[in-house]
Amino acid sequence: MNANRRYFLKVAGLSTFALTAGVGASLAKAAAVNEKVGEGSYKVSEKAVHGKRFAMVIDTRKFQTEEDMLPVIEACHKFHNVPKIDGPKEIKWIWHDKFHHAFVDDTSPLIPDEVKNRPYFLLCNHCSNPSCVRVCPTKATYLTSQNLVAIDYHRCVGCRFCMAACPYGSRSFNFTDPRQYIKPEDLNYQYPSRMRGVVEKCTFCAERLENGQMPLCVEASNGAILFGDLNDPESEVRKALAENFTIRRKPALGTDPGVYYII
Amino acid sequence: MLEKVFKGSPKYYLWLGFLLTIIGIAACVYVYQLMYGLGITGLTRDSSWGFYIAQFTYLVGVAASAVMLVLPAYFHHYVKFKRVIIFGEFLAIGAVIMCMLFIVVDMGQPQRVLNVILHPTPGSVLFWDATVLSGYLILNAVIGWTTLEAEKVGMAPPKWIKYLVYLSIIWAFSIHTVTAFLYAGLPGRHFWLTAILAARFLSSAFCSGPAILLLLIMLLKKVAGFDCGKSVIKTLTLIITYAMCLNVFFFCLELFTAFYSGIPSHQHPIQYLFGFGHAEGAWIGPWMWVAAVLALVSIVLLVVPSFRENMNLLPWTLILLVIATWIDKGLGLLIGGFNPTPFEFFTVYTPTFAEVTISVGIFAVGALVVSILWKIALEVKKENRSFDLPAGE
Repeated sequence: MNANRRYFLKVAGLSTFALTAGVGASLAKAAAVNEKVGEGSYKVSEKAVHGKRFAMVIDTRKFQTEEDMLPVIEACHKFHNVPKIDGPKEIKWIWHDKFHHAFVDDTSPLIPDEVKNRPYFLLCNHCSNPSCVRVCPTKATYLTSQNLVAIDYHRCVGCRFCMAACPYGSRSFNFTDPRQYIKPEDLNYQYPSRMRGVVEKCTFCAERLENGQMPLCVEASNGAILFGDLNDPESEVRKALAENFTIRRKPALGTDPGVYYII
Repeated sequence: MLEKVFKGSPKYYLWLGFLLTIIGIAACVYVYQLMYGLGITGLTRDSSWGFYIAQFTYLVGVAASAVMLVLPAYFHHYVKFKRVIIFGEFLAIGAVIMCMLFIVVDMGQPQRVLNVILHPTPGSVLFWDATVLSGYLILNAVIGWTTLEAEKVGMAPPKWIKYLVYLSIIWAFSIHTVTAFLYAGLPGRHFWLTAILAARFLSSAFCSGPAILLLLIMLLKKVAGFDCGKSVIKTLTLIITYAMCLNVFFFCLELFTAFYSGIPSHQHPIQYLFGFGHAEGAWIGPWMWVAAVLALVSIVLLVVPSFRENMNLLPWTLILLVIATWIDKGLGLLIGGFNPTPFEFFTVYTPTFAEVTISVGIFAVGALVVSILWKIALEVKKENRSFDLPAGE
């Protein structure tokens, strides 16, 4: 190796070091900023619905046919700009399925026909020990102080680890631009539409809770879906759970799902 | 040493040109995927990972397998391996680069990839996987380059390199263990939720990786005249034999637990994989049977000494083994993991032409990296006269 080349390599090496050090410093700075944002700089609104562990109780007896469910699904999907996409790349926040698909551990075929054939609402369970949050590599999906499983659409890298981790199949991925499936006149500007490449799902209407409103599905259900704080013994959901026998989906997995079904 | 990349025969340049052409075509398809989204793949809501992630998993194994040369050489002073270690390390570099590319092309928002570093999440296995893979890439690059540089000037490598080598041996096991943990910690995915998954990953890696390495080294003899020596082939083949037996044994353990316990959720994915899933259009069944048959044939050809030591037969044995392990881990693992779905029905995932094209492009990148690095290694060996087999080998 001659002297000139050795010199060149030294300079090149030093420059690379300087560059990486610069990147490292800016990363450290970014981390510091993030920590600050986390330290309670956001306040919960006065008029918000308060709760430490929001949960839902669905009286499945009141939804006998798929038609009974349509208004509820419509209310949610329309407001949240959920696109209607046919086929296996579909996006859905709340939908319905048969008993044995919803409650896979109950395999007995001898249950009443009425129970077996009735459709059941499926949506994000807002678990208190959510596996989707555990696996997310960027904290794009996270648990709020009110036990809502939320997603930051702007941080999500679209790795879909959360979809593999969710045992309830609650998450959808935007394989293409979802806006092309929504007519411009149907677009709701009260809630952001998403871009391609990110994961989305039911939010328990966190944006409405903040304004003191109930989730849209609850409002559209005529009292068949109840919502409230599990930690409050006086709440509607606690009363419903005390008075009715309810089941949850896959409780054995330890995720502690927050959606209860009165059968 | 980089200048050695530019000295080569017309055949060498033709090969590089061929690879670059494939990479170019695949890059165009990838740009389309960037603009349109992952909608161009066969992935679905119920089968949200597929061909890309499967190739990633398989290649982590190939990367880890370099340790099967390094460990005997450094922990057991099996010096005959030292002459070929560099090829294992450089293959690992190519494999890790392919792994990273497969992760990036699978992302919905690849331009946000730095979020993994900007918002480090120690609770996420994917964060650790990114960490250990980058670490392994750096370790192999530093160790490979330093030892080759020392070889070039005819000196022993610096002493500190030994400690990096020891670290890289443990690190190699970690990369594939962490990759298995990506899957093995997910509730509700019956096929993956098993304590033996990491062990299965390692055993399958330690047979398929060295098999690919050995095939490439045999190819090297044909195209570049480099002879690694009979004893290296013999020892490496023995390692492959043990690892493949373990691999199949571990899979049989899965079969026992699933079918003796009689628990349906443990049985369903395996039944689906082998064609008993009653899903319309499912194509994986015949593939898995081919894998099973090839795995058993390759074991017979490896265990019987007269077959194993037959140098005309050995390349074919290794090819059968690579196909068997690739079907198992490159297709079966992902399809089995997503079947049945959380709603206990079966879903059919079929990779699209675009998806496969992009994957082939990434394999071409790997081949390009390995070709260039191996070319450098060969030229250095020619220069310092360690190219030819030592007398008596």
